[in-house]
Amino acid sequence: MKPVAKDFIPASRIALADDHLRKAIFAGAMRPYLQAAERWAETSGRERLRTQAREARVRALRKLPELLERLEKNLLSRGAKVLWAADAEEANRLIAQECVARDARLVVKGKSMVTEETGLNQHLERAGMEVVESDLGEFIIQLAGETPSHIIAPVLHKSKDAIAKLFSERLGLPLTDDPAEMMRAARSYLREKFLRADVGISGVNLAVAETGGLVLVTNEGNGRMVTTLPRTHIAVMGLERVVESWKDLASIVQLLPRVATGQSVSTYVSIIHGPRQQGEPDGPEELVLVIVDNGRSAILNSDYAESLLCIRCGACLNACPVYRRVGGHAYGWVYPGPIGSVISPLLLGLAEAPDLPMASSLCGACRDACPVKIDLPEMLVRLRAEPPMRRKGGRMMSLGMKMWRYVMLHPSVYRWGLAATRFLTRPWHGEDGSLRGLPGPASAWLESRDLPAPAPRSFRALYRGPER
Amino acid sequence: MPEKPVAIFATCLVDSLYPDIGMGMVRVLDRLGIPHTLPPAQTCCGQPAFNAGFRDDARAVGRAFVRAFRDCEAIVAPSGSCVAYVRSHLPHLLDGTPEHGEALGLAERTWEFSEYVVDVLHKPDLGARLESPLRVALHNGCHAMRFGGIERQPRILLENVRGLTLADFERSEECCGLGGLFSVKMPQISTAMMEDKIAALLASGVDVVLTGDAGCLMHLNGGLARAGHSLRVRHYAELLGEAL
Repeated sequence: MKPVAKDFIPASRIALADDHLRKAIFAGAMRPYLQAAERWAETSGRERLRTQAREARVRALRKLPELLERLEKNLLSRGAKVLWAADAEEANRLIAQECVARDARLVVKGKSMVTEETGLNQHLERAGMEVVESDLGEFIIQLAGETPSHIIAPVLHKSKDAIAKLFSERLGLPLTDDPAEMMRAARSYLREKFLRADVGISGVNLAVAETGGLVLVTNEGNGRMVTTLPRTHIAVMGLERVVESWKDLASIVQLLPRVATGQSVSTYVSIIHGPRQQGEPDGPEELVLVIVDNGRSAILNSDYAESLLCIRCGACLNACPVYRRVGGHAYGWVYPGPIGSVISPLLLGLAEAPDLPMASSLCGACRDACPVKIDLPEMLVRLRAEPPMRRKGGRMMSLGMKMWRYVMLHPSVYRWGLAATRFLTRPWHGEDGSLRGLPGPASAWLESRDLPAPAPRSFRALYRGPER
Repeated sequence: MPEKPVAIFATCLVDSLYPDIGMGMVRVLDRLGIPHTLPPAQTCCGQPAFNAGFRDDARAVGRAFVRAFRDCEAIVAPSGSCVAYVRSHLPHLLDGTPEHGEALGLAERTWEFSEYVVDVLHKPDLGARLESPLRVALHNGCHAMRFGGIERQPRILLENVRGLTLADFERSEECCGLGGLFSVKMPQISTAMMEDKIAALLASGVDVVLTGDAGCLMHLNGGLARAGHSLRVRHYAELLGEAL
């Protein structure tokens, strides 16, 4: 996926101007948010679970090299192949090589954000392969030639009618408003692909180092098709997505469906320990695990390591008042919402996503929603303090801050400054004590809101100490 | 009861734009017989610069804040946002400066107005009374609620006001869209959030909206006035001061 994260502000304006889109996004984000709240209301020990899950993830990041080696060793011992990719390009190249070596023509895919990140589909297509997304949402997105707008619900921005039209145009299905009928059409289309596919490519929700298990948490059953029907299964994971033990996994697997979709439990939790073993009746003949770095180890060694705790549940998107209004596409890359505003600049480079850290009112709803308690507002504010971001603010901004600082450090200047501001803004004072049509930085505010003029007498001028 | 007078941290918005909020708070403290003082060297806690990414400037102003209040036994402010900042961010920001230790101490002695009255003074019922019944929506500021844990205290104070009824409104926990620099860097998104908040407040049919932060108040009143609505947001300190 080609990043256009630079264009957040114009892209957000487009989303805000489109009433249908705006309604779809809002409803799409609110639904899982409210459902998650319902699940929590009937779940005891929410905070205990969150603490356990966070501790499991923190422990995993602390011992990451060791855990990844154990994962590799365990998988190798059961006949899997493990490949390491330093960046997106290497990941795509390695995966394509594996496909070409098996003379693959048709590749079916399960949901995988990391392959969206590397742009794998386009890479394989350029190498002459047919690539079919099999997660229903991703399938729709692929048919439409779009990109996902949500980590969990990629098609959140599309209405049922738009999907019906798409299915009729691309699959020859008569126009229908029955979702079940559309699903049946997708299913029969995909079933044939599953049976013919040479390679299945899946993501990995989490890997468990102690036994070398790859865990997939899914709802649609396509994940099992992708990982068992084709002769070769290639699993792709970001290198941070490992935990030490099954005990560590337990709390996360309990949390994930609750916060992601508002389900108490997901339909499937698939655990893959290797290719088909001797004497086993089914499963792929080969399993290849591709572990992708692509900027993650640099994050691990930075002030933003906490962002790697993320389990890609999408809860921060649903909770975010900014995401609720502009949707995922405005963020311009694979990861939208608060987590995207943190990791897109880190993965792409700060200059490629200069506005994303500002795309938050710092309300903290994301922090409350995060199942592993990532302090997203703290990281957004930290990113704003990075030198390239401050330069982006411009020299006027820096100068303004210097003036502000000088005034705030000198109470007498502050007092005088208040009176001076009141006097100097007089031409703009409205009858109701508000400022109208003030030029400069206030104009962006004044487009939609009034601004009060400084009070005739400040609090410190009115204050007389306690009554006697 | 505190031995030394409680220090009022007016906050820059209240001091410069909304002095009546500060006076309301003073009235409540007076009625409770709590001696107070206004340390003259205070200006701002530095949060605006911190949130905008200007940490050096925030640090300099934060150090001055600590020095202005260093001798105070308790500090009370009519803003959950400023209090949350002083508690959870300032000590960390001042790590490595001579004021770090004092900042840690201040963090434990700084209270938001309703929190101070309810949790420190243990005066959940101020005996306040309204002359005519009033239906009220309480908008909790995000920083107060999520970073300061201030949600229960204003509700308790308001529930004990005779003649006041609290009304629910839709998505009351959602941000009003201010967010400091966010509101001028991304005015369209900020405005969309504000308009939704205003619509929910209007739909609740209340007579007045109360909040504990002058920031939210400035934002929402700015939007309400611009759109020509008569509904207004007030700070609960001001209303409580009047109802005593």
